[in-house]
Amino acid sequence: ADIISTVEFNHSGELLATGDKGGRVVIFQQEQENKTQSHSRGEYNVYSTFQSHEPEFDYLKSLEIEEKINKIRWLPQKNAAQFLLSTNDKTIKLWKISERDKRPEGYNLKEEDGRYRDPTTVTTLRVPVFRPMDLMVEASPRRIFANAHTYHINSISINSDYETYLSADDLRINLWHLEITDRSFNIVDIKPANMEELTEVITAAEFHPNSCNTFVYSSSKGTIRLCDMRASALCDRHSKLFEEPEDPSNRSFFSEIISSISDVKFSHSGRYMMTRDYLSVKIWDLNMENRPVETYQVHEYLRSKLCSLYENDCIFDKFECCWNGSDSIVMTGSYNNFFRMFDRNSKRDVTLEASRENNKPRTVLKPRKVCASGKRKKDEISVDSLDFNKKILHTAWHPKENIIAVATTNNLYIFQDKMN
Amino acid sequence: QDTQEKETVSPERAEEAKLKAKYPNLGQKPGGSDFLMKRLQKGQKYFDSGDYNMAKAKMKNKQLPSVGPDKNLVTGDHIPTPQDLPQRKSSLVASKLAG
Repeated sequence: ADIISTVEFNHSGELLATGDKGGRVVIFQQEQENKTQSHSRGEYNVYSTFQSHEPEFDYLKSLEIEEKINKIRWLPQKNAAQFLLSTNDKTIKLWKISERDKRPEGYNLKEEDGRYRDPTTVTTLRVPVFRPMDLMVEASPRRIFANAHTYHINSISINSDYETYLSADDLRINLWHLEITDRSFNIVDIKPANMEELTEVITAAEFHPNSCNTFVYSSSKGTIRLCDMRASALCDRHSKLFEEPEDPSNRSFFSEIISSISDVKFSHSGRYMMTRDYLSVKIWDLNMENRPVETYQVHEYLRSKLCSLYENDCIFDKFECCWNGSDSIVMTGSYNNFFRMFDRNSKRDVTLEASRENNKPRTVLKPRKVCASGKRKKDEISVDSLDFNKKILHTAWHPKENIIAVATTNNLYIFQDKMN
Repeated sequence: QDTQEKETVSPERAEEAKLKAKYPNLGQKPGGSDFLMKRLQKGQKYFDSGDYNMAKAKMKNKQLPSVGPDKNLVTGDHIPTPQDLPQRKSSLVASKLAG
């Protein structure tokens, strides 16, 4: 139940939210910068923990609905409180997280512990006042967006208008208004009339960071469709279709499975988008549909292990990817608690490991290298000794600083670059 | 010299050959209906809502249904419980072999 299922920084980077398989959300807050400790940024400490979703039962299908949090997305901060959307397979919730640091004291009819006073003992009147108290962080559900998805929700994305958001399941995408819970508009529906003809499903969806009319969704066949909501109410016809042509001579049983896109993320600039498929990360220029502008191999050495990865189901693992704040570096996870970063400008890449055993706190992470075959050099790890149960599926990059959050199965690691 | 021409087999094709050797009945269209249907259907199935609630209650109490010669058991304990039902495996192993 402690398996982390999603990680997300808020817009300022001060808060970091994680969701887990048990339906809980844990929010970390960065300490204010210490003037004396100018060589390191503030640490992240637990700020709030709450139970977002509970397991439910679908009576019609006799299926259990998992409480696992699939995605968390923060709203930009408008007032003292923080708001985030969290979703499981079926229901999206808007949570308000607020601080309370004072409480009223000096009621006339109640004792401080809440018990009512005997009215006959009240001889004078006083005005209750607010007195400071220990900080309390409260989370309360403000909206519950339910019953709009027949299939399992894989994505939520808040629009740049900050009023609407989309939720996507395997076959449909719905548009919601944050204030309205009893209605949502269906904007994409790829369900075939005859389910026998089903050939692809929606794997991820995201709104453009600047154009409130534009969103993209990726498919299990490796395509990305960009839709413009001004074109029609139902965006079944894409405005752009991004697909890299496949070499038919290279096609195998695994081709379609490894081409399935597990994550799609727009760059902060809105000019590019990044997709993650099983073996690679691709950067697409929104102006060019016929192929990506950059491709980075995450763990190409797994191509000769596809048979066993299919047998142990790892080939279906859904890795996420993320951009750094300036869109110059992209990051994604791999196996053996490794994660990879690619510098788009220098074309250099690095493999790092998130593990307590192999890294002492406050020391620089040592780059790792996997040896695909043949002679293994010292300090290299051979493909066959990789632990496929130690997978890093979720990573996040602070919007402004070089601080990253990396989730292994049960643990959250926060790394920052060396200052000075 | 070799009279036969040796084709360089891509690693993917070599892996495919391995898989087909292990599971000869594997369907031709792996990305097709079966695999996607399985994905749409994820979730543990129960016999009915009573079954589900019994399972949740049993998990809380950490009690296992006593199967045995004791005939004084309340009737309720004899109805199927999730432990008695064959578990629907969520991975794709079964459908891969069925092809």
